[in-house]
Amino acid sequence: MPEVSLTVNGRAARSGVEGRTMLSELLRERLGLTGTHVGCETTQCGACVVHVNGVAVKSCTMLALQCEGASVTTIEGLAGRGAPLHPMQAAFREHHALQCGYCTSGMVMMALDIARRFPEPDEATIREQLKGNICRCTGYHNIVKAIAAGARTMTAADRS
Amino acid sequence: MRDFEYHRPGSLDEAGRLAAEDGAMLLAGGQTLLRDMKQGHPSPARLVDITGLVPREIELRGDTISIGAGATHAEVAGAEVVRRHLPVLADLVGHIGDPAVRNRGTLGGAIAANEPAGDYPAACLALDATVRTTGRTIAATEFFRGDRRTVLEAGEIVTAAMFPIVTRAAYIKFLNPAARYAMVGVFAALGADGSPRVAVTAARADGAFRWQEAEAALTGEFDAGRLRDVRLPLDGLSEDLFADGPYRAHLAEVLAGRAVSLAAAAPAVVVLSHGSPASTDRQHH
Repeated sequence: MPEVSLTVNGRAARSGVEGRTMLSELLRERLGLTGTHVGCETTQCGACVVHVNGVAVKSCTMLALQCEGASVTTIEGLAGRGAPLHPMQAAFREHHALQCGYCTSGMVMMALDIARRFPEPDEATIREQLKGNICRCTGYHNIVKAIAAGARTMTAADRS
Repeated sequence: MRDFEYHRPGSLDEAGRLAAEDGAMLLAGGQTLLRDMKQGHPSPARLVDITGLVPREIELRGDTISIGAGATHAEVAGAEVVRRHLPVLADLVGHIGDPAVRNRGTLGGAIAANEPAGDYPAACLALDATVRTTGRTIAATEFFRGDRRTVLEAGEIVTAAMFPIVTRAAYIKFLNPAARYAMVGVFAALGADGSPRVAVTAARADGAFRWQEAEAALTGEFDAGRLRDVRLPLDGLSEDLFADGPYRAHLAEVLAGRAVSLAAAAPAVVVLSHGSPASTDRQHH
């Protein structure tokens, strides 16, 4: 069986995988990182978004073997156990940006990608950028507010 | 998904040899191929990953922008040289899929996949692009060959596409309100040589095409009024739950007029959803 070596949330990881094993499956079933969710498996819903080498990707549509040598960050990598939440996670909590929570880890990882590219995104930008992340509970309103607030907090922290 | 052998060759030559064998396919960003493989079609026995082997440089060469086939959609949409000299292309690419898809999907993968609702094929046709492969250089009009087909032979790899710079061009796509892919997209451009080009995507099951009747009507005067009596033949138009053939034809006719009007003003991309602009762009970069 082929092997893949990569860094996940700052720690080296190595696993035997099949050719067809997706990154989402490697994370959830081999590495036990079940914070990354799998919704549609057709590259539409965004529940599986993680960062690979610093950018958001849909982990259900990337082969584990394509991650050889890559640095992957999942929702578990944003705040250590017992440590304060990441500012974007805190903004999601503050603004009640989730109901069932199924889409939330993908939403937060995409939110961070948005904040990376748009230091102070307006509402239209956030809604456009969330095209590939589906939420069936909230109607998006509070998610949009949370991302705007989280991005502001992150930008302010960067400048101070 | 059926399992397959995964190969990461060290050179394009080796990739070409591996991909030429029976049952093998090339893998670029995988945003079309992996998704389709999950549905069981196609079902290759071997995937040859060319990520990292294909050029990804984006540069101005005279009056042409050359884009390496390995450039991701995010890289093309954000490239200063494209945004400055061919902003309509940067904006079109910046609206492919979604941001995560744009971080993986590549120019070469998108045109080799030639999806019927693809944005890049329309851009290649309307901008009169040239495609370079490991074996030849070929005009976009010759490259695309119907539903998910191109002239690419087994083991032949797209390495770049060259887009001539035009100043009057616009692309409008009308999104399916639920799935948010294009139901019809129209790209209108006036070539540097004065010839009008109109490419339509998502309307026909066999993919993007140049709308010759519209181009003929616009020859001599690139004005939306010239399209008033031009009708898109219903033959071969896609029909699905969301739109029948006559509706798609009407969309193409309306969008073509709007694209020509927009192009006359300034290069632009408009994405319509539910009939109202979802984005008229430029503030998103």
